[in-house]
Amino acid sequence: MSIEVDLRHRMGAFTLDARFTAPSGITALFGRSGAGKSTIVQAIAGLVRPQAGRIVLGGRVLLDTAAGIDIPRHRRRLGYVFQEGRLFPHLSVRQNLVFGRWFAPRGSAGDDVARVVDLLGIAPLLARRPGHLSGGEKQRVAIGRALLSAPDALLMDEPLAALDDARRAEILPYLERLRDEVRVPILYVSHSVAEIARLATTVVAIADGRVERVGGASDVLSDPSAARLMGGGDAGAVLTARVVAHDPADALTELAGGGGRLFVPLLSDPPGAEVRVRLRADDVMIALDRPLGISALNVLPATITQLVEGRGGRVAIGLACGPDRILARITRRSAMALGLAPGTACFAVLKSVAIARHDLGHG
Amino acid sequence: MMDLSAAEWTAVRLSLVVSVWATVVSLPVGILTALVLARGRFWGRALLSGIVHLPLILPPVVTGYLLLITFGRRGPVGQALESAFGLVLSFDRKGAVLACAIMGFPLMVRAIRLAIEAVDPRLEEAAGTLGAGRVATFLVITLPLCLPGILAGAILGFAKAMGEFGATITFVSNIPGQTQTLPSAIYTFTQVPGGETGALRLTLLAIAIAMAAILGSEVLARRMARRAAG
Repeated sequence: MSIEVDLRHRMGAFTLDARFTAPSGITALFGRSGAGKSTIVQAIAGLVRPQAGRIVLGGRVLLDTAAGIDIPRHRRRLGYVFQEGRLFPHLSVRQNLVFGRWFAPRGSAGDDVARVVDLLGIAPLLARRPGHLSGGEKQRVAIGRALLSAPDALLMDEPLAALDDARRAEILPYLERLRDEVRVPILYVSHSVAEIARLATTVVAIADGRVERVGGASDVLSDPSAARLMGGGDAGAVLTARVVAHDPADALTELAGGGGRLFVPLLSDPPGAEVRVRLRADDVMIALDRPLGISALNVLPATITQLVEGRGGRVAIGLACGPDRILARITRRSAMALGLAPGTACFAVLKSVAIARHDLGHG
Repeated sequence: MMDLSAAEWTAVRLSLVVSVWATVVSLPVGILTALVLARGRFWGRALLSGIVHLPLILPPVVTGYLLLITFGRRGPVGQALESAFGLVLSFDRKGAVLACAIMGFPLMVRAIRLAIEAVDPRLEEAAGTLGAGRVATFLVITLPLCLPGILAGAILGFAKAMGEFGATITFVSNIPGQTQTLPSAIYTFTQVPGGETGALRLTLLAIAIAMAAILGSEVLARRMARRAAG
């Protein structure tokens, strides 16, 4: 199932003009605040009525202004997770969870309550009231509530933005499980590259109300021409690698990526397991010769594919490491001094911190 | 001193019956009006608000007189009601109910309206995304969340009805056993020599009833607030 979106909407000086298709999996709507991401999901949910547009969910037309179709929000069957949870304060957690079930069409194949409760780890909270939950717990209940309304798609509007880092870290693993276990497409609004790198299968980059880029998460995140959109140094490739061996003595795990061996801090995954690693563009250095006497453990042979001038005297550089694509961001002066050009053979030096922590997630 | 005469008992009982009926009858209308005023966006909303609040500002005698010329036996509505249902309001306790309901209406609507305006519309939006239509959302989200306000409105309406005098005596007069409510009875006592003890007895009773109503609503509201907070 997929969501086709085509919207035009003007609010004061701001114009939204967005067209994209979100396939199954997690599609991240990424952009700065004010770029129009939230307006897009609100329009999909029927909370905002765009001046013109067409929204089709798995063949079901939700909105078609040209044909005069505008399904009211309560018949769109979309689970919406709001930034602030919006749990009903007068109902218990259990009643909040099954709220949507009262209104779901008879015989709709909604998720089993026990399964969702287990998936989100909220069994101990069921009898409580929302007023007694922490921010992270509230958000997990809100996700469960949306899931249990038997939706055809999930819309998540910056569900982690109101939480501190610790609460965020608490929820992210549940979102990964959601991505891997839930069948419906998920539209995930975020302005955090780290969240997207960890969760998204598809990225829709939005800037000033327009879709700047649509593509697979690893393609967009490693594309030098998209680096500016992805926030410069926060941009960076996401690679899938396989666990080869552990070295508990040095507290390191050896991974096999497409471009070579990588050493990361010790993981608990068994050999053969696939992990998702993120390489921040600012954490990738470039050397023309294989560096000797260097503390970095990870040095991969690479070929430069593309150079894109960015802001502040920086250059975003696309590198091919075997089948993998890596993104580096260095100063223009270094790029000139090294004479970097497409086709240049070089070495990508990854500072050890560049390999993402284990909780970056399983791809 | 506190032994009430049969006539005094009748007045107290009549006041309670009239006030309860006035509250019960006006509550659904009051909730609907408050909802329209709080959420409605239409031309003439200010006018509707003005009309609803009018009995609060007009001299009660004027309201009573307007009721008399509208709902009296010769009034247009009064005539229609009598020929259609055989219902006569003037100089009857049903008329007292109408007068009390109208006088308490502005206070009731105001309290409920404030409670509805205090309900976070984003919660209603969330209910919408979960499949609840507008009516269902109102019944399971909005209404329970403004229950304390509705209770406060009902208590205010009831208290106003218990104390209503001007409009009632103008519209339905002061007939013992028929339309003589507690305030009318007190007024009657003060008009006759030696009536001070009776007036004082009824005054103390009126205070006791008012206190009981306020304390009772306080307890209920606190319980509801605790429930809403979890």
